Amino acid sequence: MTEQEHQSRLMHWHIDGPLLGALLLLIVIGLFTLYSADGHDLAKVEGQALKVAFAMGIMTMLAQINPQSYRRWSLPMYVSGLFFLLIVEFFGYTAKGSTRWIDLGFTKFQPSEMMKLAVPMAVAWYMAKHPMPPRTRDVLAGFLICAAPTLLIAKQPDLGTSILIAMSGVFVLFFSGMSWRIIGFVAALLAAFLPILWHFLMYDYQKRRVLTLFDPERDPLGAGYQTIQSMIAIGSGGIEGKGWMQGTQSQLEFLPERHTDFIFAVFAEEMGLMGVCGLFLLYLFIIGRGLVIASRAQDNYSRFLAGSITLTFFVYVFVNIGMVSGILPVVGVPLPLVSFGGTSFVTLLAGFGILMSVSTHKRMLAKQ
Amino acid sequence: MRKRRIAIADHVAEALLFNRRLLVAFVMVVLLFGVLLLNLYQLQVVKYEEYSTRADGNRIKLVPLSPNRGMIYDRNGVLLAENRPVHSLELVPEQVKDLAQTVQELAKLIVIDEEQQQAFFKEVKQQRRFKSIALKEHLTEQEVAILAVHLHQFSGVTLEARLTRNYPYGDLFTHALGYIGKINEKEYKQLEESQQSANYAATRDIGKVGLEKFYESQLHGTVGYQEVEVNSRGRVIRTLREQPAISGDDLYLSLDLGLQLKAQEALGENRGSVVMLDPRDGAVLAFYSNPSYNPNLFVHGISGKNYRMLLNSPDRPLVNRITQGLFPPASTIKPLLGVAGLENGTVTEQTRIPDPGFYRLPNVSRPWRDHLKWGHGYVDIYTGIIKSCDTYFYDLAYKMGIDKIADFMTKAGFGRPSGIDIHEENEGNMPTREWKKIKHKQNWGPGDTINIGIGQGYWQATPLQMALTTATLINTGARITPRLARNFHNQQQDQSLLLAPEQAITVVDPNNWAISREAMRRTAQQEGGTARGAFLGATYDPAGKTGTQQVINIAAGQKYNAKAINERHRDNAMFVGYAPHHNPEVVVAVVVENAGGGGSNAAPVARIMMDHYFTPAAEKPALPTLAEIALMQEQRAAQMLAREQRYAEEKAAEEARKLKRQQQTEPQAVPAGTTESTTAPAAAPVTTTEKPATIQDQPQPVVNGSTTEQQPGTNSALTQTQSEDNSIDD
Repeated sequence: MTEQEHQSRLMHWHIDGPLLGALLLLIVIGLFTLYSADGHDLAKVEGQALKVAFAMGIMTMLAQINPQSYRRWSLPMYVSGLFFLLIVEFFGYTAKGSTRWIDLGFTKFQPSEMMKLAVPMAVAWYMAKHPMPPRTRDVLAGFLICAAPTLLIAKQPDLGTSILIAMSGVFVLFFSGMSWRIIGFVAALLAAFLPILWHFLMYDYQKRRVLTLFDPERDPLGAGYQTIQSMIAIGSGGIEGKGWMQGTQSQLEFLPERHTDFIFAVFAEEMGLMGVCGLFLLYLFIIGRGLVIASRAQDNYSRFLAGSITLTFFVYVFVNIGMVSGILPVVGVPLPLVSFGGTSFVTLLAGFGILMSVSTHKRMLAKQ
Repeated sequence: MRKRRIAIADHVAEALLFNRRLLVAFVMVVLLFGVLLLNLYQLQVVKYEEYSTRADGNRIKLVPLSPNRGMIYDRNGVLLAENRPVHSLELVPEQVKDLAQTVQELAKLIVIDEEQQQAFFKEVKQQRRFKSIALKEHLTEQEVAILAVHLHQFSGVTLEARLTRNYPYGDLFTHALGYIGKINEKEYKQLEESQQSANYAATRDIGKVGLEKFYESQLHGTVGYQEVEVNSRGRVIRTLREQPAISGDDLYLSLDLGLQLKAQEALGENRGSVVMLDPRDGAVLAFYSNPSYNPNLFVHGISGKNYRMLLNSPDRPLVNRITQGLFPPASTIKPLLGVAGLENGTVTEQTRIPDPGFYRLPNVSRPWRDHLKWGHGYVDIYTGIIKSCDTYFYDLAYKMGIDKIADFMTKAGFGRPSGIDIHEENEGNMPTREWKKIKHKQNWGPGDTINIGIGQGYWQATPLQMALTTATLINTGARITPRLARNFHNQQQDQSLLLAPEQAITVVDPNNWAISREAMRRTAQQEGGTARGAFLGATYDPAGKTGTQQVINIAAGQKYNAKAINERHRDNAMFVGYAPHHNPEVVVAVVVENAGGGGSNAAPVARIMMDHYFTPAAEKPALPTLAEIALMQEQRAAQMLAREQRYAEEKAAEEARKLKRQQQTEPQAVPAGTTESTTAPAAAPVTTTEKPATIQDQPQPVVNGSTTEQQPGTNSALTQTQSEDNSIDD
């Protein structure tokens, strides 16, 4: 089988080869890190691998669907997502002080996960209806589309997710050519909004996290504990790392949440700065590939969506690593495709499924 | 049309605009990755050392290892203080499913009383869950055997072995060795102040009294450390490195087990003390105060009942009579006082004075009686010492004056700490004019000096000082420092603890000293000598001086009748002696309380000690085995209990009598029964006051509940130490 044939066979299945390779490599690294981080429990890693396989299945499935279908389904998905969020608001299932789920009896459904894709899709759908660059009122409409779910999710409360969802919508606006003047204006507005956010909208625990960021040592056993232990883990890894399964901070359980949100600290402790650089290159490759796909996309909807999904993926990476290494407040954002968990894998790989769809369906459209 | 054109033109422009935005996004992504990387570089490279250290600080804990305490041996290498493993039953709450039930089941196997269970559950609440907590300590061998068989049925239950101090000879060496016990709060503070707390990190016990306290730092050793890796919950994962503890140095004493046994045997049930030392280097060969007590009781935490008995016993077993018992030294000081007179020129070898049986000062009607009612006739210094003529020394003291006597005697070793290597010591009192002025706000009178002439009055000395000053006499003015311990022994070297004698008194004529020594030789060997009877047939050329210290004043004209007076008001018998006369190897001081005359009661004890000392090693009786010692200890404990029983009965009877008499003589202002006790002079060896102490006649204060109160009426340093230091299982 020649390279060309190989390519074409992947094409036939609507799979983007370089993206798949990079994703698989990242997932394998994640599974190894998870094995080290979580008490060398093979059963747990197998369970995670199964979830990953399931998510990969979904990704492959979504890759088969034509981007035009996504465009058609954008608005219904967004509207039903809003509807589910309202159900959550009134009848939601509560755990750990947040109301984020709808209890279906056999499982729990988290509408905000769905909104992670539905919001950029809806904004992309709207913006693609109008020529680029958008008029100010279109931009305003786009902001409105973002605002409704963002506020509902922020109210659950789930500040991290709401901001990510808002950003995924804003990215679409950015790619649609929103003028730099508006960007500057929004940035200024956000800056003005911060004190209001701080004083009226943020919960105490959220404020503590932010305060802890600036000085983790002020509460070393409370809010600062995670950050301190995580920074110790990362710092003590040095350039070469302590070696796989040799990280004392993680193996001796000083590091909290080491298999979920703080798994990057395990990786950095055991693999060192060199491993971190490798991981960064891998992420950069995936993001770069996503942007290339967006660039090659044939219609505005696909462009906006692919660009937004890729940038949102980067935001996940940046926020997670930033909080684990102590430059961003601790918000519950997992390290994409590495942290333990099922839902986040499904959402993320679903996004990559759409990316692949954009990447592999373009020629068949023959719009050129 | 126009619209369409724009749309087509826009299509290219849109792609261009979008790609520009993509480029901006990509640049942003790379920049932000750069920010992350910069931060990680800061953490992993720039601050690597700091975080690495903190990671190690997280996981590495130092577990201190307690050093083995140095052993203590007698001069012949007989083990006197050893470290023996004791077993305790311990539980790790984290590993036990149902604590209460487990304890109940264990209590079915061995006896675990309510008190122990309560203490255990209290500890459980205070400690962290993974820490091992003792449920029962000091398990018997039988209990260990039972538990060992059943231990597999329990999880989180272990048998732990730990070394603790054991004194195989029980009460025989107590007042010398002392004992160790749990470190208390005050001692922790002291350790902290002396920056020793790290060294005691793993140590549970500390020397409380005696040699164990005096030589604590060397006996204790140096703490070791184990570097262990722990997880975030503090559980030990593995040992990384170990620095073993360094055992304490072994201590070899000057004391001799054989002599100690002889002393104990010779004193029998009498209250008293025997001290034998080498006048050449101050080595203490025998050091026994009777009654004594078993120090092992204190190591394991003495019961409240036992402690109260020891504390309240009229026999004062806790008091070290050799160094803390204060007695007027009586006639035992006559040889030294003779030297003082000769050296001062107050008397010469030829000075003779008449003794009509009493001594009278000009213009003072009150006579000072000689112990011989009809007098000794004309007396020189030899007769004065040999026959213990009081009149000769009344005269000598009066003529010499208190200042010169006090100066000489203080240099010789009275009224000052001996420097012995235990802390429990009273320095006694060598009275001076200044002392009386401060203490009694009275001027020193000539009568006071006359009392000093026969070692009475305000003069108070310990038996150790009596032996020590006798050594000063032998050494012609050179004062020794008594030492119970001879040397420390460790791998590197032997370190001698003996100190060279110090020339304390400037000698005028060595012959003066020889005169007194000759008189002491004759006292023990010549016809008419007060100690001759006791030393008949002794082949080692002994010398000595007897003393009989009156416990109560006998009014003029009255006769001392031992049988007629209370047992505790009988005379204290004393003797100081040495041998061989020409090249003295040993000095002995004996005090037998309320025994009567020194010649017939104290000198024989000294004879037994010297006989044993001078018996060639091959002919000495075999030392008893440890089993025999244990049996003797049991018998002695039983004797003590019987004595305490008797005292309690006597006290009850006495109180009943008093009550009866009080009822009969109701109209009288002063009950007759109290007269005697208020006039009794110092009889108790525990008092440092000059006021006649009457504690032996007064009902003992009942110590309720807590035994840590100090008794009123006693001013004994030991009493204080004991009451503060000992953990009482109350």
